Amino acid sequence: MATVYLQALISGILIGGVFSLISVGLTLTFGVMKIKNFAHGDFLIVGMYFAFFCYTLLGIDPYLAAILGLPIFFGLGWIIQKFLIRPVLYAPETIKILVTVGISLCLQNIAVFFFSPDFQTVQVAYGSNTVEFFGARISLTRLAATALAVVVVIGLYQFLMKTRTGRAIRACAEDGDGALAVGIDIDRIYKIALGISTVCVCLAGAMMTPFFYISPTVGLSFTLTAFVVVVLGGLGNLKGALIGGFIIGVVESFGEILMPEAALKQVATFTIFTLILLFRPTGLFGTKLT
Amino acid sequence: MLELRQVTSGYEDIEIVKGLSLKLDEGSITTIIGSNGVGKTTTIRTIAGLNKTWTGEILFRNSPIQKLKPFERVEMGIVMVPEGRRLFPSLTVEENLLLGAFNPTAAKQADQNMEMVLELFPRVRERLDQYAGTLSGGEQQMVAISRGLMSRPKILMLDEPSLGLAPIIVQQIFDLIAEVKKLGTTVLLVEQNVQKSLSISDYAWVMENGNVTINGTGPELMVNPEVKKAYLGL
Ligand SMILES: Nc1ncnc2c1ncn2[C@@H]1O[C@H](COP(=O)(O)OP(=O)(O)OP(=O)(O)O)[C@@H](O)[C@H]1O
Ligand SMILES: [Mg+2]
Repeated sequence: MATVYLQALISGILIGGVFSLISVGLTLTFGVMKIKNFAHGDFLIVGMYFAFFCYTLLGIDPYLAAILGLPIFFGLGWIIQKFLIRPVLYAPETIKILVTVGISLCLQNIAVFFFSPDFQTVQVAYGSNTVEFFGARISLTRLAATALAVVVVIGLYQFLMKTRTGRAIRACAEDGDGALAVGIDIDRIYKIALGISTVCVCLAGAMMTPFFYISPTVGLSFTLTAFVVVVLGGLGNLKGALIGGFIIGVVESFGEILMPEAALKQVATFTIFTLILLFRPTGLFGTKLT
Repeated sequence: MLELRQVTSGYEDIEIVKGLSLKLDEGSITTIIGSNGVGKTTTIRTIAGLNKTWTGEILFRNSPIQKLKPFERVEMGIVMVPEGRRLFPSLTVEENLLLGAFNPTAAKQADQNMEMVLELFPRVRERLDQYAGTLSGGEQQMVAISRGLMSRPKILMLDEPSLGLAPIIVQQIFDLIAEVKKLGTTVLLVEQNVQKSLSISDYAWVMENGNVTINGTGPELMVNPEVKKAYLGL
């Protein structure tokens, strides 16, 4: 019995890093430009299909594809910010929500149109390798995904703390007028922020392909999970998103074995979401972009 | 050096600045005084580019700048220290200062400029590693002015730098503004503290309802009966 719980804990941690990476992207764009990006999870399929086609057409390993795709992932965020988000950035909230929901629907339907609604998988040779850990099994590809995700998040954190551009991004998050006053081109910073944000999600998508199915609508549930993580960790808080990702990963994983139906696993997640909103709306770690 | 010609500006569809014309002479301190809500802040924001110029022209060294973005104006040397300071509270004082030299030209000289600024504001040097949000109001204002100077601007616009500060600190701030002028920086000051600001000003304008009414040198306005009655409480 203990093994079941250990397995649940491990599974939770193994998906937690992926949740963290996805959520960090969402929290960044929220922190910097207060946009609630409902298309966020849908960028997952960009990374996924990219890795899928790299693998099936060119025989490129998904991890290599993740790196090769970086400029595309970043550029996509940059372009979407420039042409779709920027024009509505100062519009009423409902308009902004409609635009991001619109982007979400577009991404999904473009994928359906070009790649069919069928589920796809990337079957790499090492895909089902596992190691034993006190009777529990650890999937190596999941371990790699979660570990790499943490590395990327830490790298991003260092970038934000140590570089000139990172400092400017934090400045924009803290005080937009202050940022304008010191001569920061905030439109450019916003493009960089959405670029980084899509990179986070797309990387997660590509790294998931060895163990996760691909379908045009797979991103939706990740959008929801990312919102839960971001609210849990504190809106705009990077560390919060990192830790929150693991918390939600573990909660979902236990929800899956403790709920009468595995499909009800998200009930646990959303219970936490509701409790946080009721009792600690600033999240566990506050709302600073640090 | 800087000239506004018939400038209008405002928020959404409310016109706040109504055909304002004024001039700043190179190397001078010019003050705008006026009651609450007459459009002083809006004027500064319009010069800095945070508010759009609806009509009219803003000329910097005879070339129009009203279409330029805020960061382009900063690069040209037009910098504002905003009302309420608008520091980055969870960044350190040092990071705040470095952001003051964000544009590429200024960034190259960030070290020298930092040294120059800290010479002027020794109190700020003691606080470099502290988070800006934890400073006292006076210290925050000093950091805000220091940050504004980090790019060695040609024009520094200060929006109510003495607001909310203890009298002794207010005096220090005004002394520092006089020092800033000695660096060769042209200063545009918006102030409620009419007495003190007029005493350091070369030139002053009185703003009422989106436009300037009375103008003259600092000493002239200090003895102007209307100014005395309305703004000096005499
Ligand atoms: N963001 C805004 N949206 C709409 N109206 C605004 C906004 N900011 C200021 N106003 C209005 O513009 C008018 C002028 O404001 P402004 O801040 O320029 O005045 P001010 O002269 O700086 O006043 P104070 O001495 O109080 O700082 C005021 O009536 C104010 O209510
Ligand atoms: Mg004002």
